[in-house]
Amino acid sequence: MTDSRMDTRPDESDVTQPTLGPVGMLRWAWRQLTSMRTALFLLLLLAIGAVPGSIWPQRNIDAGRVADYLAHHRSTGPWLDRLGFFDVYSSPWFAAIYLLLFVSLVGCVVPRSRIHWRAMRAQPPRAPVRLERLPEHGQIEVDGAPEDVLQIARDVLRGRTFLSGHSLGSQWRLRSEGLSLSAESGYMRETGNLVFHSALIVVIVAVAVGHLFGWRGDRILVTGKSFSNTISAYDTFDPGPWVDTEGLSPFTVALDKLDVSFEEQAGGAQRGAARDFTAYTRTQASPQARQVSQILKVNGPLKFGGASLFLLGNGYAPVITVRDAKGQVLMHEATPFLPQDANYRSVGAIKVSAASPKQLGFFGFFLPSEYLDKDAGPSSFFPDLKNPALALGAYEGELYPQGRPQSVYTLSTEKMTQLRNAKGEPLRLLLKPGQTAELPDGRGSITFDSVQRWAGLSVRYDPGKVLALGGAVTALAGLIASLMIRRRRVFVRVRGEGRRTVVSIGGLAKGEDPGLRGTIEDLLRTIAERTGTRV
Amino acid sequence: MTNETLSLYANLGVYSAMVVFTIAMIAFAIDLAGAAPPVSSKADQPHKEPALVGAGDTVSSPVSPVPDDASDLPRRRKAAGIAMMLTRLGGLLLIAAAAMRGLSVQRPPLGNMFEFALVGCMFVVVIFVSISLRRDIRWLGLFVIGPVLLTLGLAITVFYTDASELLPSLKSVWLVIHVTVATFSVALFTIAFSVTILHLVKTWLEGLEGQDGQDAAGMSRIRIIVNTALPPARSLDRTAYGIHVVAFPLWTFTLIAGAIWAEQAWGHYWNWDPKEVWTFVIWVVYAAYLHARATTGWSARSANYLALAGYGCILVNYMVVNVFFVGQHSYSGM
Repeated sequence: MTDSRMDTRPDESDVTQPTLGPVGMLRWAWRQLTSMRTALFLLLLLAIGAVPGSIWPQRNIDAGRVADYLAHHRSTGPWLDRLGFFDVYSSPWFAAIYLLLFVSLVGCVVPRSRIHWRAMRAQPPRAPVRLERLPEHGQIEVDGAPEDVLQIARDVLRGRTFLSGHSLGSQWRLRSEGLSLSAESGYMRETGNLVFHSALIVVIVAVAVGHLFGWRGDRILVTGKSFSNTISAYDTFDPGPWVDTEGLSPFTVALDKLDVSFEEQAGGAQRGAARDFTAYTRTQASPQARQVSQILKVNGPLKFGGASLFLLGNGYAPVITVRDAKGQVLMHEATPFLPQDANYRSVGAIKVSAASPKQLGFFGFFLPSEYLDKDAGPSSFFPDLKNPALALGAYEGELYPQGRPQSVYTLSTEKMTQLRNAKGEPLRLLLKPGQTAELPDGRGSITFDSVQRWAGLSVRYDPGKVLALGGAVTALAGLIASLMIRRRRVFVRVRGEGRRTVVSIGGLAKGEDPGLRGTIEDLLRTIAERTGTRV
Repeated sequence: MTNETLSLYANLGVYSAMVVFTIAMIAFAIDLAGAAPPVSSKADQPHKEPALVGAGDTVSSPVSPVPDDASDLPRRRKAAGIAMMLTRLGGLLLIAAAAMRGLSVQRPPLGNMFEFALVGCMFVVVIFVSISLRRDIRWLGLFVIGPVLLTLGLAITVFYTDASELLPSLKSVWLVIHVTVATFSVALFTIAFSVTILHLVKTWLEGLEGQDGQDAAGMSRIRIIVNTALPPARSLDRTAYGIHVVAFPLWTFTLIAGAIWAEQAWGHYWNWDPKEVWTFVIWVVYAAYLHARATTGWSARSANYLALAGYGCILVNYMVVNVFFVGQHSYSGM
């Protein structure tokens, strides 16, 4: 369907309904998509679509809780998973909503910008004949000739005289014709509106840039150790699709000390709540650079070029020594344990691959403030080190069956057997710092030397974040302009009445405008003052 | 670090404010009840009418008011005057309570559910009193002080948390910027919510009035009271829209400030944490409300339903997300 056919006059085409060809269909679909009604519908759909992500656990935030949920909900879980309820914000249906909204946004902003561009350069319309018919109207009789009074009105509107109820920065565009004057203001309202919507597009682009070129790496670093910014140094590394993983900036971070403190004074749920974490680090921006001592805190990340280093977690790493029957050291190192609850009951595994003939593995809990719970077994009553203890079970056999990769915090026991004590019960060890336990049948001994802390460090690089912030702030400025500025037209007409002049002013606004009356009254008053008329 | 005595005084301040607001609420209710013109057909009306306005009301004119003239004279609203005075007093008590709570822990009182509720109520009353200095909004008093009283009651019983220090992630200047503005805009949304509900009620009443066979005389007494006490639906609608228009940019600012803070504390400006999700949902719903207002074909009433939905989301964000959803914003202290 072409434009010429659409313009066909009714008398030529009679009553035949115009049929839509493919182009017409496309145009129709485009109109539908970019209509305000659809935008509104998509907005509400976006709101509803975002909600499930707050109700169900999300893989990108906490994969462990998702696995837990699936284990507990065997019938509904898999269906929810198939529908993407555990990856809401990367699911196809959520993407469909925001992509349609994005298209609708562009389809709205582009033509409106064109219209607004033209409107800004156009002259205000001619004053209507009967000003008293306009929504707001006022009249006054002043001294002076009509031409002079009109010139005064023009000066008042052209100069930046403050008029009550009229937004600052909202200039009047004037058009004079004979003894009447048309003024229009508030173009900034639509400008603000367009700026707001365009800035939202910028924010979306910035998010996409961050996704494509950004990366994050997480690392658990025990005090006294250091790491450098290479992929292999991270426990987990999550690069965007277009990241050059070879070109990471070569900084290093050494952790000297980690200070923590927890709430001891308040009772109830507040007791044991975290109060302060401070990490003392030595950093080097590159291998050639000077070493700098820097303090890393929870709300105070360290910057390395575009990347930032955050302190996001902490925990304990018991230092353990395992010896064989002859007293030869098989393993001696600080092993990080992962906190499971608010009181830092932590799980971890100690893997002694050097043990022979069979490899040894220990699995269990580290408890900063140990007590024996009747139901849960060894537990912790406070997150700080008040009564540190290790509660372990021991295994022997093959640590890494078929060399498969596994978590350092758990022991894969499929090719291992549990060690038993003389009575034939599974061996359970409870060690305090400094204590050593002999393993049964001459397998050697295990010593719990001391406790160190570890810091959970996260390095993030997001090249889109400055753009996102700029877009968001611009959007806010545009939003305020579009909501606060009013689009209004004011018409002035003067008529000679003997030696005096009757000034008649009418005004109308787009939408509700409670301040317009005040503006017109103020305008009349100002004209009266400037002409020297006593009111 | 925590000054127990000061925090007890803060609680005392909240209790006193609640007593003051209760009396204010009753006074507002009495004022509204006296709004309706007396029904001339009833013989005992001339006796009843002055009693509703206030027993101490002295009429300077020796001539007893004729029922027909009563509607022309501006009503003397002694009860409303008392209610406004008490509201100001209650507001001062809340400001004092919030200040003492903050001093007791040497930080801004914006760290847990109790403190959010306290500061939120304080803002609602302060905004209400500020608007009342410029415009007569005594008709709104009951519908603002009522929710405030309810929230304070919940805060001091259900949400109450002992005064204590903050979590490390909360120790930032952004706490003051982000949470203050969030609480302030929620206070605005709360007032706008009350006005929106009144608008819907008033629209409904005006619709009844316009129906054939039913004029003002056919309406029950309570309907007449509500109908006369409230401003016209159009003006209610304009007021509600005006407040929303101020609250929405502030909410946008909350969202941006929260993102900046999240970038500093957690390493990324947007993590789809439940609180972030709901803040975003609220923003989208109110954005839809503003779009609906600008869309031809959407009546003010259907747009207003969206505003109500937006406020429902605010309640979810405050009461459900803080307490039940697992996320990084778990600061309820419960």
